[in-house]
Amino acid sequence: MSDDHDHHDGTDDHELRVSKIRNGTVIDHVRGGQALNVLAILGIDGSEGEEVSVGMNVPSDRLARKDIVKVEGRELSQDEVDVLSLIAPDATINIVRDYEVIEKHRVERPDVVTGVLSCPNPSCITTAGEPVTSRFEVLDDAVRCSYCETIVREEIASLIDT
Amino acid sequence: MRHDHLITSKQLSRADIEAILDHAAEIDADPSAVADRHADKLLGLLFFEPSTRTKMSFETAMKRLGGDVVDMGSVESSSVKKGETLADTVRVIEGYTDALVLRHPKQGAAAMASEFVDVPLLNAGDGAGHHPTQTMLDLYTIRENAGLDDLTIGIMGDLKYGRTVHSLAYALSNFDARQHFVSPESLQLPREVVYDLHQQEGAQVREHESIDDVLPSLDVLYVTRIQRERFPDENEYQKVAGEYQIDMDTLDAASDDLTVMHPLPRVDEIAPDVDETDHAAYFEQAHNGVPVRMALLDRLLSEGGDGDE
Repeated sequence: MSDDHDHHDGTDDHELRVSKIRNGTVIDHVRGGQALNVLAILGIDGSEGEEVSVGMNVPSDRLARKDIVKVEGRELSQDEVDVLSLIAPDATINIVRDYEVIEKHRVERPDVVTGVLSCPNPSCITTAGEPVTSRFEVLDDAVRCSYCETIVREEIASLIDT
Repeated sequence: MRHDHLITSKQLSRADIEAILDHAAEIDADPSAVADRHADKLLGLLFFEPSTRTKMSFETAMKRLGGDVVDMGSVESSSVKKGETLADTVRVIEGYTDALVLRHPKQGAAAMASEFVDVPLLNAGDGAGHHPTQTMLDLYTIRENAGLDDLTIGIMGDLKYGRTVHSLAYALSNFDARQHFVSPESLQLPREVVYDLHQQEGAQVREHESIDDVLPSLDVLYVTRIQRERFPDENEYQKVAGEYQIDMDTLDAASDDLTVMHPLPRVDEIAPDVDETDHAAYFEQAHNGVPVRMALLDRLLSEGGDGDE
């Protein structure tokens, strides 16, 4: 449960400056500065006509500063939520239907993410034009390439294969 | 272990390792017993990097089992030159052969290639990653000279890019072995390997910059080449190179029973005056590549394809 003062679409007072959504997903408690990476992970760039609202560095009781992403007309799959956990481990996912939050849960880190991140090791076989899908094991505080075994702790968002 | 591929020494348990070494010892004692064991089998050699010992010892091992090899040849003379992917190459060659041996400059190449083939695939070196069959012959040599339990081993040189070192370290963590890693700071073990070793229950690992710290306590000293080409500045190389060379003067501080090993080729890490001493085990180590690879091939070709534990 959020320690922020929640409203009916999962946001608090500070986020009222960002419009409520009717049906879709509110991704709350994203670490400050990560909102655009969240969109990148979800493959949302606006080119499909998606209606997206983003709040960045808004005050939060829990995180001091947080980002918030609202996606109209789209409910996230569990796979998408799992991957979000890599860069937004504190995030809460609010599924909204007809302006009401009908489901609310925290993200959980998956064991493996596939096809989402690119290996930063230039000597890794996955960077060599082979017909292979990237695969990373998720560690407690890092991710690890399943092929070359490189461990990445910082800047995981920079590995997002956009 | 999975019986159909050998990608990393991490997949080998102590029981796997002991079974392979025991089988290699049987073959070593009586090679004629397995002389026709795989007379109808073909081994595919896919070497995307230069190799002398590994490639020739695999070829020798297969022929001593009664089988034969087909060789992709050099990269320049193969379809790789036309831009063929590794995934396509292994899928084509598996149709000709009963097992594949792969050396490739990219880390993770063997792991990826194994996903595309059904015949057993052996990793003969993937960039700075792994070299598990080298490790098996290293362990065989260590067991013959010093035993594998209550062992104190120093591993010295280029630990960062040295795939033989990474594979050996993983395998030794199955045994009661105290591992001392000696290198310049710039060539220390990759953090991935350190992470794995620390995850391994019972692994005893320490890192040093000087061999003097540990030499008197060692049963085995495993030397690798400090790779000059890895240093951005020649002066930086010259500062450290002399610190990681072994000669008879250096060995004054060592136990009389110290076994000195090297995966070869060496350049100047071990002076020639060590060669004729009882310390030197590196040529014996290279010779052990044949019975050990015979044991591995026999195991994989006898059981390959079933994927059972």
